[in-house]
Amino acid sequence: MAKAKKEQTAVKPINTESKAAYTWHLIKQNKTVYLMMLPFFILFTIFTLVPVIMTLPLGLTNFNLVQTPRYIGLQNFYSLFVNDDVFLTAIKNTLIFAVFTGPFSYVLSFLLAWLINEMNPFFKVFFTFVFYAPSMTPSAYVIWQLIFSGDSYGYLNSILMDMGIINNAIQWLTDTSYMMGVVIVVQLWSSMGAGFLALRAGFQNIDNSLYEAGAIEGIQNRFQELFTITIPAMGPSLLFAAVLAISGAFTCGTVGSTLCGLPSTDYAVHTIMNHAQDYGTIRYEMGYSSAICLVLFAVMLLTNHFIRTILSKYTDD
Amino acid sequence: MASDIRENQEKLAKKQAKEVEKLRKRQAKIKIETVHVKKSKGKHINGSLGGDIMIFILLALLGIFMIFPLYYSIIQSLKPISELFIFPPRLYVINPTMENFSNLFKVAGNLWVPFSRYVFNSVFITVVISVIHVFVVCCAAYGLSKCKFPGYNALNQIIVTALLFSSTATWIMQYIVIAALGLINTYWALILPNIATSMGLYLMRQSMSTINDSIIDAAKVDGAGHFRICWQVIIPNQKPAIATLIIYVFQGAWNIQGGSLVYEEQLKTLPTIMNQLAASGISRQGIIYASAVVLMLPPLIIFLVAQSNVMETMASSGMKD
Repeated sequence: MAKAKKEQTAVKPINTESKAAYTWHLIKQNKTVYLMMLPFFILFTIFTLVPVIMTLPLGLTNFNLVQTPRYIGLQNFYSLFVNDDVFLTAIKNTLIFAVFTGPFSYVLSFLLAWLINEMNPFFKVFFTFVFYAPSMTPSAYVIWQLIFSGDSYGYLNSILMDMGIINNAIQWLTDTSYMMGVVIVVQLWSSMGAGFLALRAGFQNIDNSLYEAGAIEGIQNRFQELFTITIPAMGPSLLFAAVLAISGAFTCGTVGSTLCGLPSTDYAVHTIMNHAQDYGTIRYEMGYSSAICLVLFAVMLLTNHFIRTILSKYTDD
Repeated sequence: MASDIRENQEKLAKKQAKEVEKLRKRQAKIKIETVHVKKSKGKHINGSLGGDIMIFILLALLGIFMIFPLYYSIIQSLKPISELFIFPPRLYVINPTMENFSNLFKVAGNLWVPFSRYVFNSVFITVVISVIHVFVVCCAAYGLSKCKFPGYNALNQIIVTALLFSSTATWIMQYIVIAALGLINTYWALILPNIATSMGLYLMRQSMSTINDSIIDAAKVDGAGHFRICWQVIIPNQKPAIATLIIYVFQGAWNIQGGSLVYEEQLKTLPTIMNQLAASGISRQGIIYASAVVLMLPPLIIFLVAQSNVMETMASSGMKD
């Protein structure tokens, strides 16, 4: 056995007496690479990683920003799941949002990016701009407030009343039976952000010779082309958009709080993120807020792992 | 036996003849298709005109919903005060005026700190963040996607995990770190944390990983170091992703509000002061939309410039096996 092992290692061109020596050799070989990555990772460690790591123990404390944090063990998590009814509503709402907006916005941005890619160069830029516009307009939600306004002057109400479908104005943004639907629609509408742009870039990155080869191989139409050439060639962009879709779907809450207020009527569109904001920026219970974010983080990690296993067919890692 | 063999041979010959015929037909098709490609450059090979028109109509219909808030903001900014408060709001202007814009700059001219200072702050911060971020991220993304060094997996995992951690939880800790470094009330408090975001890096890493390794090996054989491979071989082939990165980082940087990180008036950014101007009462209703339009312009221009530069230059970059 030992002899066989020795023979195996002897095949390698470099001296591999120990694993450490081999690693050291690789490190020396990749000196320039480390140097190139250094500036980013120094800044990243200081301004992103350290704050994130410092937040983790905060979930185990009682911290109100004024007094020093007091260690209280798992009490935050205990009260979250046992005493906090609103948190359970928030979990339910977040899951509903995630299930409805996450996959839909992902598929939608992919389909739109693909359809735009079928246009000629001028319309490619034009439509990319059109669909990305909501992400560039700061006052984007104002228009939805006008449309869903609760009185008879609201656009949707007045149209429906003119057509005789409804008799009385519907309180779209305060009636608990409509709020969820309204927020999901607006969330989907505003979801053409970085993920969409990245998918557009992914489409543009595909070598045209692949399509020519496809034509020679006898591809008949756009759909065949999409599934046999395009999707396999842009796996990494798909994964990027998926990660953004997950984080977007689970951290949504801005749309709900802008349209329906924070807290919304009966907490009908209250998400985990809203809950964290509520405790973090209104009540200043930072420890509790951190605990909420940690729960959310755990859920997102699990989902991310799940999506990666699905998409691993198309990616190398 | 002999006849069997002969039959088989005949069958085989027939089959071959059929296949040859098929191939010829295909070739004929390909010729037509290549002519088609030449006629309409930049178009897809496997699509029909009817399909193109249908896609166009579909996109146009959906597009109306998407472009609406932008259109609405611009229309509102052009309305005189007499039209602004009509309810329900009209979707067109009867007497377009530039009054709101001139009012905006009149109010802006009366500030204690000259208005140009805020413009300078925002332009300076945005340019510095964009340039450094793009440079630093491209270097790091090259390493993370194309070099198998010890720690490769760990670093990649950290980048993705950091993307999932929400900023709601970290803002207070980030403030503490910035304060501990003594950066509060300097430009660096606005610049450095915004360079250190991992989304751009992940975007570039994912995009670069689609590049074929053979091109890098070829460059290595020619004696290029990692830095030169990154900037002279990889980056020129990454225009779409770079354009996306620039659009995104520019937009983010341009919209930075000082918040609690800078308190001195001279260091505040344009969005901060625009919000302050717009927030003072109902008489400033027109100014709100005018300032929104003014603030929107630079990212919009960057978007159009970046996107239109990307167009078909990528198509075939000589990266074939």
